[in-house]
Amino acid sequence: MKIAVLSGKGGTGKTLVSVNLAAASKESVYIDCDVEEPNGHLFFKPHNVSKKNISVKIPIADENLCNGCRKCVEFCKFNALAYINKKIIIFDEVCHSCGGCSLLCPEKAISEREKIIGEVQTGVSDNVTVITGILNTGEASGVPIIKSLLDNEEADKREYVFIDCPPGSACVVMESIKDADYCILVAEPTLFGVHNLNIVYELVKLFNKPFGAVLNKCLDGENPSEKFCMENNIKILGKIPFDNELGKINSNALILTRENEKYREMFSSLLKIVAKEVEYETAINS
Amino acid sequence: MKIAIPTDEGFMKSNVCISFGRTPYFLIYDTVKRDFVFLDNKAASSQGGAGIKAAQLLVDNEIDALITPRCGENAADVINAANIHMYKTINNSIDDNIEAYIEGKLSLLEEVHAGFHHHGGN
Repeated sequence: MKIAVLSGKGGTGKTLVSVNLAAASKESVYIDCDVEEPNGHLFFKPHNVSKKNISVKIPIADENLCNGCRKCVEFCKFNALAYINKKIIIFDEVCHSCGGCSLLCPEKAISEREKIIGEVQTGVSDNVTVITGILNTGEASGVPIIKSLLDNEEADKREYVFIDCPPGSACVVMESIKDADYCILVAEPTLFGVHNLNIVYELVKLFNKPFGAVLNKCLDGENPSEKFCMENNIKILGKIPFDNELGKINSNALILTRENEKYREMFSSLLKIVAKEVEYETAINS
Repeated sequence: MKIAIPTDEGFMKSNVCISFGRTPYFLIYDTVKRDFVFLDNKAASSQGGAGIKAAQLLVDNEIDALITPRCGENAADVINAANIHMYKTINNSIDDNIEAYIEGKLSLLEEVHAGFHHHGGN
């Protein structure tokens, strides 16, 4: 089963939840789709790491064939092409690799070349296969890397796949949850946290994904995110306390589940609840 | 000489616009004939690459010089490829900048910024 972990903003606990659930499973795959700043590998410290370059297609123009019709310039929604002094100028960083310009060119003056935008690293950390996507700085979109991350044979073989999503609800998040069987929304106990929770709540509803929430950084007293979940009938899968010991282990880039029996039990029971939910959802939807 | 200035609104008493790529209008001013026209900047609502599209618009209008408070690097590449000189505005008055250009008092815009493509968080 593929379980995506998401939240409306960074620092809410996506990586905490997905890393620890993966570590609490008997055998699992952890996929870091937060390609702009992947940090799951800092906890797992995987070994036997293999790397694969990910590239996209960027247009190149042959000025001898170009007749200056400008169909490509007018077509490009991202304005990645200009026609100046009878020459096509291409802005690689602006190009979103849709391929439209080369398809449209009546003179076949535009062809495509490969451009490396980042890489996928695969390694092992005990019971977890760790797959990390890295987007090079300055590139337009992480979507091609996420596509490659999720199109992974290893992931289809294991019982549990945890997808650590980028923050927010943009294209990169949609791509990350597209094939997920279940979504875990991680929320903070503040009004701002409710706002962020609502962003991903709207998204998973739009995608018709079964989902539940994990309340992170819980203190005694009022929890606006908990209130939001109850008002909207969102299943609360578990609560993670706002506690010093947990914070300390986590800030030292150690995995709670592997360091401390108390936390191992906490995440094992969360895993059981999630697995039950996924099974239930799969049963009623099949 | 034909010069271009990004402006907030489409009349001469308006101000110079702080943005190049997403300015609502460009004033195209002919210093010899002393006539002018305001162009709608169609690039202003672009999802991305507004500077490139705005620069293309100016090149297509065959301007000789651009007077702007600032300019991003992609737009500057287009302007430079067309051999158009770029000058820095002295204040936000359209009239002052036209007069300063005619009197040869403007200095070239040499600082080109990397763009504000990620909400200024670059």
